[in-house]
Amino acid sequence: MVERTPLINLLTHAVLLLGLVILMAPLALVVIAASHDFKTVNLSPMPLIPGGHLWENLRAAWVGNNFGQVMFTSLVVAFGVAAGKIILSAMSAFSIVYFRYRLRMVFFWIIFITLMLPLEVRIVPTYAVAANALSPYQGLIDALASLVPAISIKLPEWNLLNTYQGLILPLVATATGTFLYRQFFLTVPEELTEAARMDGAGALRFFWDVLLPLSKTNMAALGVIMFVWAWNQYLWPILVVTDQNHFSTATMQLSKAVPGLAFGEPPVWNTAMAATLIVMVPPLIVVILAQRWFVRGLISTEK
Amino acid sequence: MEKRVTFNNLWIAAAFIAPQLFLVFTFFYWPTGQALYWSLTLEPPFGGGNQFVGLQNFKAVFADPHYWDSVIRSVIFAITVTLLSVGFAAVLALFADRNLRGHQLYKFLYFLPYAVPAAAVGLAFRFTFTPEAGFLGALNHLHPGLWDPTRNGWQALLQIILGQSWKMAGYNFIFLLAALQSVPRPVIEAAAMDGAGVLRRMREIQLPLITPTFFFLFVINITDSFVDSFGMIDVTTKGGPSRATELMVYKIYLDGFESKDYSLAAAQSIILMLLIVVMTVLQFRFVERRVHYS
Amino acid sequence: MTQISLNGLSKSFGKNTVIPGLDLDVQGGEFLVLLGPSGCGKSTLLRLIAGLETASGGDIMIGGARANQLEPRERGCAMVFQNYALYPHMNVRQNIGYALKVAGVPRAEREARVAEVAKSVGLGELLERKPAELSGGQRQRVAMGRAMIRNPKIFLYDEPLSNLDARLRVAMRIEIRKLHQKLGTTTLFVTHDQVEAMTLADRIVVMNKGVIEQVGTPAEIYSNPASTYVASFVGTPGMNLLNGDFDAGAATIRLKDGQVIALPKDASPPLPSGPLVCGIRAEDLATGGAKGLNATLQFTEELGASRLVHTLLAGETVIAQHAGTQPPAAGAAITLQADVRKLHLFDAVSGRNLGHPGGNA
Repeated sequence: MVERTPLINLLTHAVLLLGLVILMAPLALVVIAASHDFKTVNLSPMPLIPGGHLWENLRAAWVGNNFGQVMFTSLVVAFGVAAGKIILSAMSAFSIVYFRYRLRMVFFWIIFITLMLPLEVRIVPTYAVAANALSPYQGLIDALASLVPAISIKLPEWNLLNTYQGLILPLVATATGTFLYRQFFLTVPEELTEAARMDGAGALRFFWDVLLPLSKTNMAALGVIMFVWAWNQYLWPILVVTDQNHFSTATMQLSKAVPGLAFGEPPVWNTAMAATLIVMVPPLIVVILAQRWFVRGLISTEK
Repeated sequence: MEKRVTFNNLWIAAAFIAPQLFLVFTFFYWPTGQALYWSLTLEPPFGGGNQFVGLQNFKAVFADPHYWDSVIRSVIFAITVTLLSVGFAAVLALFADRNLRGHQLYKFLYFLPYAVPAAAVGLAFRFTFTPEAGFLGALNHLHPGLWDPTRNGWQALLQIILGQSWKMAGYNFIFLLAALQSVPRPVIEAAAMDGAGVLRRMREIQLPLITPTFFFLFVINITDSFVDSFGMIDVTTKGGPSRATELMVYKIYLDGFESKDYSLAAAQSIILMLLIVVMTVLQFRFVERRVHYS
Repeated sequence: MTQISLNGLSKSFGKNTVIPGLDLDVQGGEFLVLLGPSGCGKSTLLRLIAGLETASGGDIMIGGARANQLEPRERGCAMVFQNYALYPHMNVRQNIGYALKVAGVPRAEREARVAEVAKSVGLGELLERKPAELSGGQRQRVAMGRAMIRNPKIFLYDEPLSNLDARLRVAMRIEIRKLHQKLGTTTLFVTHDQVEAMTLADRIVVMNKGVIEQVGTPAEIYSNPASTYVASFVGTPGMNLLNGDFDAGAATIRLKDGQVIALPKDASPPLPSGPLVCGIRAEDLATGGAKGLNATLQFTEELGASRLVHTLLAGETVIAQHAGTQPPAAGAAITLQADVRKLHLFDAVSGRNLGHPGGNA
């Protein structure tokens, strides 16, 4: 458009630049603080010109926090949650969309309602379940046994505390992905299903040969978003991991990253910021590399 | 919407949905039911089964002034965070959508904060706002003790508000930009031909056309502020100083895991759940009322 | 009566050149139609005039003054967009009156003008409706009302009828033409539909790949196309085009299969021997007769009043008007009689019109 609006253009650039400074400042400060030595970082205000101790601090933070193991744990959890979501939600959406049975809508709503209440508001009882994942079923059996004593069974305990399953499964148990797939499946033309059936494909074959290849972008979007979401989880990991000295995720580790205050010493901000940097780099990299999918996933899982 | 063409093999249907139902039952419905059960019962001090006590736990919660403090703080937190981050993101999205030089870089960088773990955001802000070092600490050169979020509750609250707003601004930016981009270009061109300048078009054409997105974001931001502030609080203030940043979820955590009072924590969980459900229902009402422009 | 002159006007998007450089004069009060297939640059040309795109080079003169640097609102143009581009959150009254509101016209005067315009486009009853509650034709009228209310110097239409069903399209076409007769405002109308172009235009500009192929009245464009492109694009069906070799001595054209079309000796065009393309319209090609060009009938198109036969002649599809009532079955041999004085000859390489037998070049 032909527009002679030099003042408004100037304003636009100024606003956008200011926005950039505000949004990047905390990230920049983390990097700068992580590059100073102990003395410089505790100056007030801290010098904004980066120092030369970045690698040294990163190494100290890496070793001090046992990040080799911790990052591995976080990677496993993030991949596990992403993969679990992609697989389970594709399957359940397929069942809901492509079959017709009486309980279909009931299941649909059962899964749908889980969207409403995030894990954070039901931490206490979920924790109890994680301590023994079979307790819900024991509870059911006990309830039945009070009516029919003959079926009283004692299930073994299945403790999920301090395990990968405990970190991953409760995070998979929501409906986000199911909805993404459901919406997508509903847009797949009926003719495609008809054509596949004419060609003799059954449900499994249609799912595998037609629907899954068509869902690639949705899978990528869901995978990226879930990876970042799972990596950034904090509350659930600190609950389900009770033995934090031997098993820990990256974000959890940050709660231990600022020692010092309790002993009257100045906190070791430079290594703490180096640890922060290490923890936030993986999701940032994923989002930077897969920006399109991230944005797409975000928008389609929320609406 | 329904598919006309479906498959008949219901064994497959059952097998495909079973894992999801299993997870959802184990980790969602059972715990939620459990929370309800605990909120209505009390564990006797000397063992034995829980005893039904009606609404006694809720009464205890409502009688606790600390609980109301946490509610008020959560509401202040949620509303300020929402206004700050949605407003900030809206300004950026409106200007970025002008597509002047460099707009792609801005659009690329603006949403990065949302990818940063809340705990890392918390730590970064804690450092920036720390009274001994960092930046705002420099205020103490003017007057000792002028800035100290470890002692001043309001400053501590401000710190987590800014942290959460910063993180959510990136999220809101993505949605607002997408909404602005979905406004048909010719509508804006028509307004330009009708004589409306840049700022006037923003005010009278673009903003009114993305109001549904604003409603949606208000609800999401408020809900998120209620439930998703734990990580930030835990690494920055741990609810302190003297409970000044003890928001609802953090109080549930303290009561449930530090004080081991499951019944009290469960009652609070139920209240929070109801609150969230109300918010979600509100959101759906708005979604339904969304004007469909064609 | 505002004139528009485009001098060496060009437009590129990055490396992609849409309009390489174009000259055009639009007379004051004229109804000019820009015709061409999608992607030919006709919409871009319109948007350049409107000020919605910035020219890469050349001049846009509106009413004798250079307008390149003028903002859309300063050019005195009003535009009707393809999808109408109505403001979805405003009702009909607000949509039509928005330009006046922006211009700061007092409310009472604004209301009066809106009522007047709404009445003239037949929307008097619908002022409080939102665009979503209107039919396609009604939206179209709102868009026209919105354009009219500013008393523009120039009307620009960007394929405004393409979203309407066939009947409504014909009706709106008549209304647009009537509006032009009433107001006499200089009008540019973009379309890819040649019937629309023929019925509306004072003059048609046929565009292809950002270049003007021909400017002329509908009759000129039809009866004297400047190139094979125009010949095949305009008319239903388009002109038949056959490759052949011209023999200047014998005054004949030899088709690819060896058949010969003899031109009248007295009217043979002064061309050197060599390959060319000869074109002939279906109505100048009759079926039947003992002698003539031998072709194979492929199928028949029944049009009610007449019928068209699609035939295969010298390896190319040729459409002719069938005189009789009962055409032969598909696959049958058929003879075609060409009215050689209506033949058009085109350059085999450039496609430019070389004139026709007995006619001017």
